[in-house]
Amino acid sequence: MADKTLTFALMDPPYENARSTTALRLIDIAIGRGYDVNVFAYEGAVYVPFALQKQHPNPVHGNPEADEEDHPLPREWVAALIEAAESKGVKLDWVNCGLCVDERGAAESIEGVRRGTPGDFWAMAENSDNTLVIPTS
Amino acid sequence: MKALNVIGTAYRGTLEEQDDTIVWITHAMKGAGAELDVLLRGSAVNYAAKGQEVPPLSFGARKQKNAPHIAQDVAGLIGKGIAVYILDEDLEERGIAADGLIDGLIHIKRGDVAGLLDGYDHVWAW
Repeated sequence: MADKTLTFALMDPPYENARSTTALRLIDIAIGRGYDVNVFAYEGAVYVPFALQKQHPNPVHGNPEADEEDHPLPREWVAALIEAAESKGVKLDWVNCGLCVDERGAAESIEGVRRGTPGDFWAMAENSDNTLVIPTS
Repeated sequence: MKALNVIGTAYRGTLEEQDDTIVWITHAMKGAGAELDVLLRGSAVNYAAKGQEVPPLSFGARKQKNAPHIAQDVAGLIGKGIAVYILDEDLEERGIAADGLIDGLIHIKRGDVAGLLDGYDHVWAW
């Protein structure tokens, strides 16, 4: 178990602004420093680890094939963070708000993401050294 | 542990959600045993206005039922024992009179916000 635990609440969907990417960078740093990390994905953020995200080609960049473009997939970033936490021996507990998932049809998350409720967020915060809310605007 | 949910932006997705997502999560967390209060600031001070209503919404033949009732939802927080603070200056800037607000709000001035925050273990600015 790590010395410190941090909790993040995220609200933004992927591909709309830089906030969720910034949050993932903070989470990456926290894992690298050996902290346990909780994430509560609320509203559009449940799409960050959505399993059906797919790369596409980008002719504007001169890349007619998807593999040449290597378009970013936030689900891969989350998966990489889960792997990084495992190899570091710390915990990344990613909880998707279940009702937010249902209303969006976003049930197909990557492995390692679990379904939860606002009560999970409260419990995470209660058992953390600090909690950062990164809301949509 | 006690937390303050600060709501500063109003009407984010309220037609789709049938509520404000932060008012809603405050209700949900309270139901899970959380100790929470709320500060309404910025455009969200309008959430306390009694006279607001959502006109009927329809797209083609699809008529949307169960419009959001944000002021009632905020009043519901107060009814559950949650302190709902509201910033007077943000009301004044928008010309919202105190007699047009729901009952039970706690009015504070901007100069008192720092002292308010000091009373909480967590302050979450949504």
